[in-house]
Amino acid sequence: METRSQIRARAFVKIWTAFVILAIYLPIICGALAGLSKGRYFGFPIRVFSTEWWGKTFASLEIQSLVQNSLLIAFIVTLVSVVFAFFGALAFARYDWRGRKLFQKAILLPVFFPQPVLGLALLLWFNALGINPSWQTAVVAHLVWIVPVVTLVIAIQVYSFDPTLEEAARDLGASRWFILREVTLPILWPGIWSGALFAFLLSWGNFPLSLYTAGVDSTIPKWLYSKMVAGYSPMVPALGTMSTLSAAAVLLVGGLAIALVRRRQADA
Amino acid sequence: MAAVTYTATAGERSLLPAIPAGLRAAAPVTLLLVLGFLAPLLTVAAYAFATPKSFDVFRSFTLANFSAVFDPSNTVWMSFAWSLAYAAATVALLAVIAYPIAYGLNRMFGKWSGLVGVLFVFPLFVSENVRLYGWVLFFIKNGVLDGGLKWLGFSGGPEVLYTPGAILFGMLYVYLPFMLFPMSLGIAMIPRDLVDAARDLGASRLMIWREIELPLAMPGILIGMLLTFVLGAGAIAESKILGGQSVITIAQDIEVAFTYAQNWPLGSALALLLVAIVSGLALYVLSKLDLDRILGKR
Repeated sequence: METRSQIRARAFVKIWTAFVILAIYLPIICGALAGLSKGRYFGFPIRVFSTEWWGKTFASLEIQSLVQNSLLIAFIVTLVSVVFAFFGALAFARYDWRGRKLFQKAILLPVFFPQPVLGLALLLWFNALGINPSWQTAVVAHLVWIVPVVTLVIAIQVYSFDPTLEEAARDLGASRWFILREVTLPILWPGIWSGALFAFLLSWGNFPLSLYTAGVDSTIPKWLYSKMVAGYSPMVPALGTMSTLSAAAVLLVGGLAIALVRRRQADA
Repeated sequence: MAAVTYTATAGERSLLPAIPAGLRAAAPVTLLLVLGFLAPLLTVAAYAFATPKSFDVFRSFTLANFSAVFDPSNTVWMSFAWSLAYAAATVALLAVIAYPIAYGLNRMFGKWSGLVGVLFVFPLFVSENVRLYGWVLFFIKNGVLDGGLKWLGFSGGPEVLYTPGAILFGMLYVYLPFMLFPMSLGIAMIPRDLVDAARDLGASRLMIWREIELPLAMPGILIGMLLTFVLGAGAIAESKILGGQSVITIAQDIEVAFTYAQNWPLGSALALLLVAIVSGLALYVLSKLDLDRILGKR
């Protein structure tokens, strides 16, 4: 039996959580409404709804190139960071080696670092090397921040990994490549997929690093920011909403795929 | 135990001499961090000692940039004070806001906790300027709040946009997940039977919280506090979008020095001071924590 105070505490926690979730999604809903209202200026309550600005945003060639840049950066970042982070996570959580504790802490430092300052520091560094900032340098900047995050995500999966499985395969005469492909990778797949999902979405939505390190190339968040400070256009909330919905779709599909992999693992 | 010693077979040994497997696995990430994190920071450090308003890095040495920062006639220390105060306020308020949610995620939501967790993660994937701009649309004149209240017959909403308070609100909003998830990991480390045992022995709710739950969840809470403090100290988008530059944060001063003012040495000196504060704190807190225990839950 629950006491009365426990029931009260439970109700408080539930109401508070619901309230905070509402507050989190409120601005996203405001943006969606602004992007769907007719007319050049935003006013509430919305008088006439229209998909005019969505259409204009879709048709814009400038925005198509932004989407291409953002996608290209996110795909490369995902691919590279998963490979780096896979080995990084093994070093983080699996192997016992001198320097592991130091490695664990060093890898957190880019995460525990203000991103705008990291972006500006990278800008200085690229300049010192004589490299012109472009979308390629933005990829490097994203990697510095995203690889540590993905390493942590995969490391959590590695912790639940039983190393005697690898040893057993080795004792049975399996080659290193065979063990990696048939034992290690299948067990770690859910963690790797989660890491890939994080990498893609964090790169897709990243603003501070792209702002300083992409040079003349623009990404969706960077372009949105330049329009926000220049004055209001309904294309800003329209594109913002589209970008949010794409991220939600990727998360949904990716999340379902990971759940499927986990279930198949549980059955096997 | 996840850690295991590995002995290479004779064939491998000839190819890969005595490098331990862990070090080899760590090599790509280490290389990335040296070239993409350490090297840029060293460049900033080098620029901080170069002649002001020049690009004579490595060719000049002066402390003029630092004396400019500490010059009382220069108001840049105000930005430092604002940023650190905002960061501290963000940490304190978010600890209170996030604790009940983190507790609920672990103890109360049951099968819903996965979904609730995803709802809190998702905003991380929407860039902060889009979300902050949503708040502008909410608070602006004739926006959702003001227009909605007028429509209901009230005289209109309060003017909160472009004030220092709006910046704090934006920071609480953007950094909530960075407090919530480490905190939730921390609360997950509290063994439930310990709480039950204490209750059976007659400990009051407050006593259980103070003597058992809080100390055991502390590593996670500390990580959350550290993360939000660091991010808050380097915040820039909140003051630019919601604050209308009513307050200039330190990150913005650094940005101006690097861009419009073209005074890289001054910007570097400011960045170096910020990094010294932030990483000093980060290294101190991280040295107190055992990451295997927090992430591995063993």
